Amino acid sequence: MTPNTRRAVGLALTSLTGLAAFIIIAMLGIILFNVVENGAGGVTWTFLSKPPEDGMMGGGIFPAIFGTAALTLLMTVAVMPVGVLTAVYLHEYAPPNSLSARFVRVAVVNLAGVPSIVFGLFGLGFFILFVGQGMDRALGHEEMYWAQPGILWASLTLAVLTLPVVIVSTEEALRAVPMDHRTASLALGATQSQTLGRVVLPGALPGILTGAVLAISRGAGEVAPILFTGAAYFLPDLPTHLNSQFMHLGYHTYVMATQSPDVEATRPLLYSTVLVLLLLTFALNLVAVIIRTRTRRKAAGSH
Amino acid sequence: MSLNPNAPRPKMEARELTLRYGTKAAIQKVSLAILDRRVTALIGPSGCGKSTFLRALNRMNDLIPGANHTGTILLDDMDIHDRSVDVVDLRRRVGMVFQKSNPFPKSIFENVAYGLRVGGMKDKSALEQRVEKSLRGSALWDEVKDRLHESALGLSGGQQQRLCIARAMAVEPQVLLMDEPASALDPIATAKIEELIHELKATYTIAIVTHNMQQAARVSDRTAFFYMGELVECGATEQIFTNPREKRTEDYVTGKFG
Repeated sequence: MTPNTRRAVGLALTSLTGLAAFIIIAMLGIILFNVVENGAGGVTWTFLSKPPEDGMMGGGIFPAIFGTAALTLLMTVAVMPVGVLTAVYLHEYAPPNSLSARFVRVAVVNLAGVPSIVFGLFGLGFFILFVGQGMDRALGHEEMYWAQPGILWASLTLAVLTLPVVIVSTEEALRAVPMDHRTASLALGATQSQTLGRVVLPGALPGILTGAVLAISRGAGEVAPILFTGAAYFLPDLPTHLNSQFMHLGYHTYVMATQSPDVEATRPLLYSTVLVLLLLTFALNLVAVIIRTRTRRKAAGSH
Repeated sequence: MSLNPNAPRPKMEARELTLRYGTKAAIQKVSLAILDRRVTALIGPSGCGKSTFLRALNRMNDLIPGANHTGTILLDDMDIHDRSVDVVDLRRRVGMVFQKSNPFPKSIFENVAYGLRVGGMKDKSALEQRVEKSLRGSALWDEVKDRLHESALGLSGGQQQRLCIARAMAVEPQVLLMDEPASALDPIATAKIEELIHELKATYTIAIVTHNMQQAARVSDRTAFFYMGELVECGATEQIFTNPREKRTEDYVTGKFG
């Protein structure tokens, strides 16, 4: 290669990689700009606090915000104990490279790769038809009580979906707790469970919280898993029971985008709804990033 | 000599102890007594098995997958591997200080109180008393008494190591195992630790692993020389350093290898 061709190849590669990176920024920029430009005007207090009116062509999105919040809260309550306990088992109790630990890890990786619509169908089949009907039969409900779509089943379906996020980030957090702290604790006559409760989990807490926030922001934006398991097209009332259906920001966006009788009238509302959903997810991600950097700084300060 | 009533009895004793990681033997048929209220130094080149031996004395090797042993270790004539022995209880009687100081990311007070708390002590004034006693015992009290509730990670390296010694002493063990406790410290901090070891031997039985020949000569009453997983020689420190029986011991303590 002559120096000239070498320089040309170098230049081409620099511009290609730079272009690829630029496309990412441009995409995000275009989406954000478009949504903010068209949606920001519509986000008023009325919009945030009123239910939809006039067949989705007026009013606000309060039931959808409330439904999303309640759904993610229930999901978090369900996913955190199971996810954290699984990670603790994998990292603290299972012998390294044991068959069971490897089996669980394979399951976690595959769970993370399942398309979210499949989780929706799974939720319908397993939670509503299998568990729900079983509960109705066992508890003696004459009419369908548990065997119907509701916020409990939707949140449990989302919990299964976000389980890998929690397991992976908790395991990472446990790995970051120095082995020295465990040996020091055991050498002082602490049992393994005391070491876990007093040294390991407190040390891993920030990482576990980061995992929780990431799971929440993932779960809050998913629509497919809740399509068949509890999300409602339109409900003026807020969910009051575990088997109530609920409105949801993501599903509401889908409904307004595809089911509106008057596209022109719905468009501003649609933009504002999307903006609210985006802000919610970004805010949650930001919280996760802040927790993580704080922990890193603390860890760096300890040496 | 065994008829002399003042002769120290063995506090801990290994008999024909062989320890393997998987199938690889780390120490071979070591028989060694750790005398009561004496400082026993374990010396030898890296990988000779001295740390493994030390960790066997409070069964810290149990934590390493694949570690297994033959032979016996006695603590006051009780086999520490006996099924009736609770390993948690053993570690409260045989405390350990590590090479790298490893305070918990908690306050100075909570670090020292840790062993007491996991042992079930709840009474606040009793805890305070024991923490103060341990910190005084490790010559750290005057330096930290005004900031007991600040993070232990703010202490200097030498202070952290003395905190770890205080933490180990707080549970009032009978034996203290020290795995190169001063190897990461500067000479002044090292001198303080050595001074501390001198004071501690009135109450504790101490076994210390060290790479530093002078340190072994300074702090210990007895010295055991390990080489390639075997105990080559054990005797009074003075004898080991001035008049060793074995050629390999002489070569090592005079710096011809290792």
